[in-house]
Amino acid sequence: MKISKYPLAAAAALLSAAPACAQEAMGIDEKVNQAFAQVTGPFVSLIFAPFPGTDFPWIVMWLVIAASVFTLYFGFVQLRFFKHAIQLVKGDFADPNDAGEVSHFQALATALSGTVGLGNIAGVAVAVGIGGPGATFWMILAGLLGMASKFTECTLGVKYRNEYPDGTVSGGPMYYISKGFKELGLPGGKILAVLFSVFCILGALGGGNMFQANQAHAQISGIIGDYPGWITGIVFAVIVFLVIVGGIKSIANVTEKVVPFMGILYVGAALIILLVNYDKIGWAFGQIFDGAFTGLGVAGGMVGALIQGFKRAAFSNEAGVGSAAIAHSAVRTNEPITEGFVSLLEPLIDTVVICTMTALVITISGQLIMDPATGQFVLDGARIATVDGNTGVSLTSAAFGASISWFPYVLAVAVVLFAFSTMISWSYYGLKAWTYLFGEGKMSELVFKLIFCVFIVIGAAASLGPVIDFSDAAIFAMAVVNIFALYFLMRIVRQELQSYSSRLKQGVIKAFTG
Amino acid sequence: MTVKLVIGLDGAETGDRALEFAKTLAARIDDCELIVAYVIEWSPFTFQTPEENAMRHKRREEELATATARVAEPAVKSLQDAGFKASCIVRHGDVAETLNKITVENGASQIIVGRSSEGGFTKRIFGSSTQNLVMHADVPVTVVG
Repeated sequence: MKISKYPLAAAAALLSAAPACAQEAMGIDEKVNQAFAQVTGPFVSLIFAPFPGTDFPWIVMWLVIAASVFTLYFGFVQLRFFKHAIQLVKGDFADPNDAGEVSHFQALATALSGTVGLGNIAGVAVAVGIGGPGATFWMILAGLLGMASKFTECTLGVKYRNEYPDGTVSGGPMYYISKGFKELGLPGGKILAVLFSVFCILGALGGGNMFQANQAHAQISGIIGDYPGWITGIVFAVIVFLVIVGGIKSIANVTEKVVPFMGILYVGAALIILLVNYDKIGWAFGQIFDGAFTGLGVAGGMVGALIQGFKRAAFSNEAGVGSAAIAHSAVRTNEPITEGFVSLLEPLIDTVVICTMTALVITISGQLIMDPATGQFVLDGARIATVDGNTGVSLTSAAFGASISWFPYVLAVAVVLFAFSTMISWSYYGLKAWTYLFGEGKMSELVFKLIFCVFIVIGAAASLGPVIDFSDAAIFAMAVVNIFALYFLMRIVRQELQSYSSRLKQGVIKAFTG
Repeated sequence: MTVKLVIGLDGAETGDRALEFAKTLAARIDDCELIVAYVIEWSPFTFQTPEENAMRHKRREEELATATARVAEPAVKSLQDAGFKASCIVRHGDVAETLNKITVENGASQIIVGRSSEGGFTKRIFGSSTQNLVMHADVPVTVVG
């Protein structure tokens, strides 16, 4: 308890000195920003390169086609085994002898606390801000299809994890790619695993870290007034450092308990706003459907809406990215496929529920400026003009604030907690990739954790554009390698599915009653 | 027919008094078997960090070993030294529910526990394990103060 008082004191001291150094500090922000944009530019351009002659980034098709293939290959597993997934999470099939081990619910909750973050709050605002409400339709569709991708990767994550003599586990795409390919007698597994690990480290530093810090700062400075981002960055970095290096479990424990409540509060507030505006719900859905197929004047029209929707869904629920496989691999179960079933629920909760709530509130709030004469959105460059020119998390904040005037304060707390819990989760995913490449060991781990904390400061200091571009690119790069491998490994998952499915039907696998 | 009694321990002082009472009771019964049960408070519905999950199996083994060595086995030994037939069970779970399950599984006819060890405030809001046990057990429960 004594140790944890210092960061708070340090934070208070820094914040009180802020106004005095504001001018000079803004200069630092700019420099960091420019350097960052220069370095990451080429990588971002490669990932988001469009199909020749079109505006369509190939990476979006890559993700959606994969999700569709998996959906068909596994016979719409998201529908067939949805009920079973719920039963597993409730514990109906839990062996009493396994009491005390990681439960399916805990694995799901852990993975969700990693994926539910600023993507659901700020990322959706970016999508709807560029692609309009129509992006929501494509986002939901991508979420539903993505359930099959998660199913595939999480099953493999459990099946091919490493169990060490001291009882700890390490799992994830780098393990299932190398082991799975070897099992199937395919070459190149090791190289792909290494490539994935590199991208995973970049993804952990980007979406799991910089983006979170950046948007958390945006929300805080929106409330208490403008001040340099690196200050927020340092405060966050110090606290994260204490948790991941110092092992101050109490902070992480608090966050992990509070985050689900914040999630419920957020969805609850969204539902209240929708109920209060019940007369506009029909209109909002109309906007979503119209926008989905016509664009309603957004940049790129229908395709623009589609691209934004798919992009945001992928970034938010991480289906096909492989990070959830790392989280789910800790469950001790004899049936890897059960973790696959449980992971079906993640894109559903993350995208179809939470992201949609954000999108509906933004649509209903009237923050997006529409020309009443034409019924099309007024554009401001590539994005839709908004009241006060808000983007990202400030757009979401304004949207909620339009109905519940004090909600931006609650949102600030929620944003900080979501950002923090996502950072903790992704520091772990990045760490697993790092130790896969550089070996386990205290020194090796410390180096990564220090790098991770430095990037928190960079992320808070940079402006939204370069940060979100790099974050997206890094995470999608993971999906490139992961999905490529999944195409080869999916037959293994099908065997598991068929075996489990028949045993379930025959009653060999039974629910535990009483 | 062997009469089986379950003694629920949690490492607190009241557990010693529960053991003493169990001995007195068992002495009056012809054919008696005592089962010492230690339930490690655990719920499948908590929220963990990924690192906690990865360490969980190891922690679980440690928790079981510690509980067995520190509480359950010494209790069994003290019962056996006094001339009674005794064994121990250590499990994770909700205390009241698991004690009851253990009782039913082993065909025991009574549960003996010490008075609850939770603090006053927590007890008022959430109830104590002892209260829950008394209200929901399938067999008579004796609470030793």
